[in-house]
Amino acid sequence: MQIALSVQNVIKKFGDFTAVDNVSFEVPDGGFFSILGPSGCGKTTLLRMISGFIEPSAGRIEIRGRDMAGLSPNKRPVNLIFQNLALFPMMSVAENVAFGLQRRREKKEVIEQKVAEILARVGLPGFGEKKIHQLSGGQKQRVAIARCLVLEPAVLLLDEPLGALDLKLREQMKVELKKLQAQVGTTFVYITHDQSEALVMSDKVAVMNSGRFEQIDTPPNLYNNPKTPFVARFVGDNNTWSGRIIACTQEGPGEIVAEIETAEGERFRVRSTDRFAPGAGVDLFLRPESMLIEPDADIADLNRFQVVVKSILFDGANSRLLANPLTADTELLIALPQNRQYDYIQPGDKIAIGWHAQAGICFPKV
Amino acid sequence: MKTSLRWSLFFFLTPVLLWLFLLIVLPHIDLLIMSFRMDTDDGKTIWTLSNYLNFFHEPIYWLTFVRTAVYSIIVTLLTLVITFPLAFYITKVVGLRFQGFFMTIILMPFWVSELVRVYGWMILLRESGVINHFLLKFGLLRHPVEMLYHDSTMIMGLVYTSMLFMVVPLISVLESLDDGLIEAAYDLGANMWHILFKIIIPHAVPGIVSGCIVVFMLTLGNYLTPNLMGGKNSLWFTEQIYNEFIASFNWNQGAAFGFLLLVLSSLVIWAGLKMSGQKLSQVVQ
Repeated sequence: MQIALSVQNVIKKFGDFTAVDNVSFEVPDGGFFSILGPSGCGKTTLLRMISGFIEPSAGRIEIRGRDMAGLSPNKRPVNLIFQNLALFPMMSVAENVAFGLQRRREKKEVIEQKVAEILARVGLPGFGEKKIHQLSGGQKQRVAIARCLVLEPAVLLLDEPLGALDLKLREQMKVELKKLQAQVGTTFVYITHDQSEALVMSDKVAVMNSGRFEQIDTPPNLYNNPKTPFVARFVGDNNTWSGRIIACTQEGPGEIVAEIETAEGERFRVRSTDRFAPGAGVDLFLRPESMLIEPDADIADLNRFQVVVKSILFDGANSRLLANPLTADTELLIALPQNRQYDYIQPGDKIAIGWHAQAGICFPKV
Repeated sequence: MKTSLRWSLFFFLTPVLLWLFLLIVLPHIDLLIMSFRMDTDDGKTIWTLSNYLNFFHEPIYWLTFVRTAVYSIIVTLLTLVITFPLAFYITKVVGLRFQGFFMTIILMPFWVSELVRVYGWMILLRESGVINHFLLKFGLLRHPVEMLYHDSTMIMGLVYTSMLFMVVPLISVLESLDDGLIEAAYDLGANMWHILFKIIIPHAVPGIVSGCIVVFMLTLGNYLTPNLMGGKNSLWFTEQIYNEFIASFNWNQGAAFGFLLLVLSSLVIWAGLKMSGQKLSQVVQ
């Protein structure tokens, strides 16, 4: 498969501050690649380097095999959807969409035809004559996408375009954007701080932290096999529990199981990222949803312990229990499925918790 | 509630209305009446159109009139061309920190009166002035050159005087332009000229028009700068009005000229608004 975008060892420094630190990745043609990171991690800087607004301090950016060094944004075969969309308020929808085509001096009839086609494709047929201020948030979104897609860019860059929408619309646009991408087959590079956007839409996600890529992987892998503590914490929710290694055993190729003891004296078997020496300090990462409440006694291979429920954090499908292990103040969040099975649980109750060794992961303590 | 609202409206509006009526409407009505009257040789005052007819019969009057209009338009356009990049630079290129600094620099000349500023120019430009002195000293000129009293000098002086009134509305309108629009246009393949003519100028039209209106009216009605820097060869219509009132003591003629100037400025502004497709109510906001 052809590589649409290739970023090789790109570094960007602003004075002493390194905003993007030796980042490399490749996106195949037609791929949906997301860069996920907290604000200030350098993802916007990276995107602006790809689109040409900033020159990298070092490294190489190639689009369809062509080196982009020194090429200004208006000469690059990429288009950027801005965070605030940046639609031209002085123009109609059709004029906005036609803007790029006119710059290429395409024929008037061709422009009209292409504009009508792309507007129909994004679900806004007949909206050409409308003014930008007459559109709703979701419609503006689509016009911004149409304005870029009509130019058939090699790569479409999206800078948190859903950030300004309200929750319901965002959920809806997420699905639509994914569908649209599959339809048109354009390569998307999407940056966001919202993990759900990245996980739902992308083929591959890069998790970025203070200028560096922590991990590039498929969404399920990021969630199930985080390579660094940062990824474990940032993708999905995780409880952190500190402990100490008692022994490590190799159970298969790349599969290490550690026996650990937490500060409170609980003993667990858990998947480990490395063979640690006995006595080494580790952080155990345990997802709220990987803990079972009151598991059946006959399920084998479960780590079991007791907790005291402190409070119930009701949030619909996302409800949790806030609980302490019996002997310590470590706070744990435990997913509380809303299937009426656990309605009896009250704050102050003592309940049993079980989790599978493969559901947690431990990293060396930092 | 309703009566108190009406009372406060009345209270705050009264000074403005009084000011408008006593100082603007009333004198203008008086001038309008005066412009249609004439003192005859036997001491009687009669109604007549001759004050206006004089304007058309004497070429010097209407030539000065046309000259004033054309030069005012030139000054307005020149001011726009010079201050637009300046306003763009201040709002978009320099950081926020220096914006106040630049605004102060632009404001500074306006802390002294127009008269002093014009004399400043005269000290620089006259035959025995500073510029001539240095040009002679460095051997670039053999004989001093009179730089004052040309039309071009007068236009320069008028542009200089008008710059502030253009730059302020331009800065305020350019500040409201989202940088993202410029970047988006650049990203979509536009070059510098496309961005200027498709994005920046369409956005800035209200500011451009309001700046132009102010500069045009101020230039048209300026007396000091054309009089001092243009000298005797560069007649300005305000000088004609002044001459009628003060030199010839013909108030009726002066009043007629005053009204012609008012009609002229209204016409040009109306034409300008029509051409730019703007409404006066939007522009003065």
